[in-house]
Amino acid sequence: MSLTLLNVVLAVFIAICFVGANAAYLVWCERKGAGFYQRRPGPMENGWWGLLQPPIDGVKLMTKQLLIPGGVDKAIFMVAPVLAMFPALISFVTIPFSDNIVAHPIDVGVLVIFAFAALGGMSLLVAGWGSRNKYSMISSVRAVSQTVAYEIPLLITTITIVMISGSLNLGDIVQQQLDGFLSWNVWPLHKEVGFNLLMPVSFLILFVCSVAETNRAPFDLGEAESELVAGFHTEYSSMGFGLFFMGEYANIVIGSCLITILFLGGWSCPFGDLGIFPFTHNVGWFLLKIYLIIFVFIWIRWTFPRTTIYGLLNLSWKYLIPISLFNLLLTAGLLKVF
Amino acid sequence: MGGYFSDLFSGTKSLLDGMWVTLKEFPKRPVTLSYPHESLKMYARYRGHIELIGDEENKPNCVVCGMCERACPSGCIHLAGEKPEGGKKKVLTSYTLDFTTCSLCGSCVESCNFDAIRFSNEYNLASTRKEDFIIDLLKRLEEQDK
Ligand code: SF4
Ligand code: SF4
Repeated sequence: MSLTLLNVVLAVFIAICFVGANAAYLVWCERKGAGFYQRRPGPMENGWWGLLQPPIDGVKLMTKQLLIPGGVDKAIFMVAPVLAMFPALISFVTIPFSDNIVAHPIDVGVLVIFAFAALGGMSLLVAGWGSRNKYSMISSVRAVSQTVAYEIPLLITTITIVMISGSLNLGDIVQQQLDGFLSWNVWPLHKEVGFNLLMPVSFLILFVCSVAETNRAPFDLGEAESELVAGFHTEYSSMGFGLFFMGEYANIVIGSCLITILFLGGWSCPFGDLGIFPFTHNVGWFLLKIYLIIFVFIWIRWTFPRTTIYGLLNLSWKYLIPISLFNLLLTAGLLKVF
Repeated sequence: MGGYFSDLFSGTKSLLDGMWVTLKEFPKRPVTLSYPHESLKMYARYRGHIELIGDEENKPNCVVCGMCERACPSGCIHLAGEKPEGGKKKVLTSYTLDFTTCSLCGSCVESCNFDAIRFSNEYNLASTRKEDFIIDLLKRLEEQDK
């Protein structure tokens, strides 16, 4: 018992380090990426290629005063940033980085991740409500309607995969995709369902939903600077803001982990297990895949302008949900046939 | 239902087109300059604050006629000169420009008949002290063109 407890504590500690490092350096990647896409060099001044920028920013955030504006609902106001960061940390515990690197394999890993992701959406609502600021309020209302709209296709797509693999355990889902990249769930050809042309489309749906769920551009209506100041984190300073920020990047990592596990074969080597070191199934492939996905996230963010709230909701309700539902039914039928 | 699928396809295609545009820019070199470390050379016709023109020995062309001082609508120019012993022409001893009130109108440059002042190319002028804009052009002449 105590050993498992120690395990979990250790896992959470490692998760915090991983998330912290990722959040800090993804900001750097984001800024570098933004720079390159816009033909600028990005951060350059602190350290080689601006690599010291993230720790310096962190120190700056931590030394700033944590301002609590008059009239806010103090308890709620303080709890919101924690609520933004903590679910992301917990989710990391169930994510299998390779067949033996997983903090705590839970049989309902998929459910755990979605449950905590919903909690993340909750933090935006709480932050906006607690801030007692009309812009924050509008922002959190938007964020919640967005979360609701995009959680549905996200879940339906995930259910499709769960149906195919017959397991809610993230590790098991990957275990079935280990025979080279043609066995990944993203391809239409699949040994369980025969031929399902909509699988790549489902992959795209999951991808779009992860972008929307993490509130990133072009779906960052929650913090539309041009109209809502900074949205739900307008009133937050210092590490309150820092936690929201880190939470956002942690969610990006979780989202890309989920995409990798569900559709891109997790830690599997794309060429199958060849027995020679880099070409075995190992954690390197997993990290490579998630960072490639994060690169695409950054790429999307610096390519597209922000959508409107109607465009955002229309996309989900009129396209993503019907198509993902259709694929769910199709997959169910195919599973019966094959 | 009309246009549902065509919207879907054209929308997806335009998004991919957009991503292709940015991806092509990604590997290219920056077009910006790291400003304090490197700066653009200003165009020859740029009208910065005025500066004195010197002859080959870097002595000012100015004959201290005072036309520019009188022409300036804002009274930014203050100059003084003296006749050296035995010399015929007056020699400029001080020429200060108060750039805080200069409107870059060019009257001074136009009024000078001796090709002694011109607009400089100076544009890096940010400062927090007012005194930095009271410019001793005679001293500047010694340093310019070096
Ligand atoms: S440019 Fe105009 S305002 Fe400036 S010093 Fe010459 S005459 Fe005066
Ligand atoms: S008008 Fe020309 S020559 Fe006369 S004082 Fe001014 S700068 Fe010197």
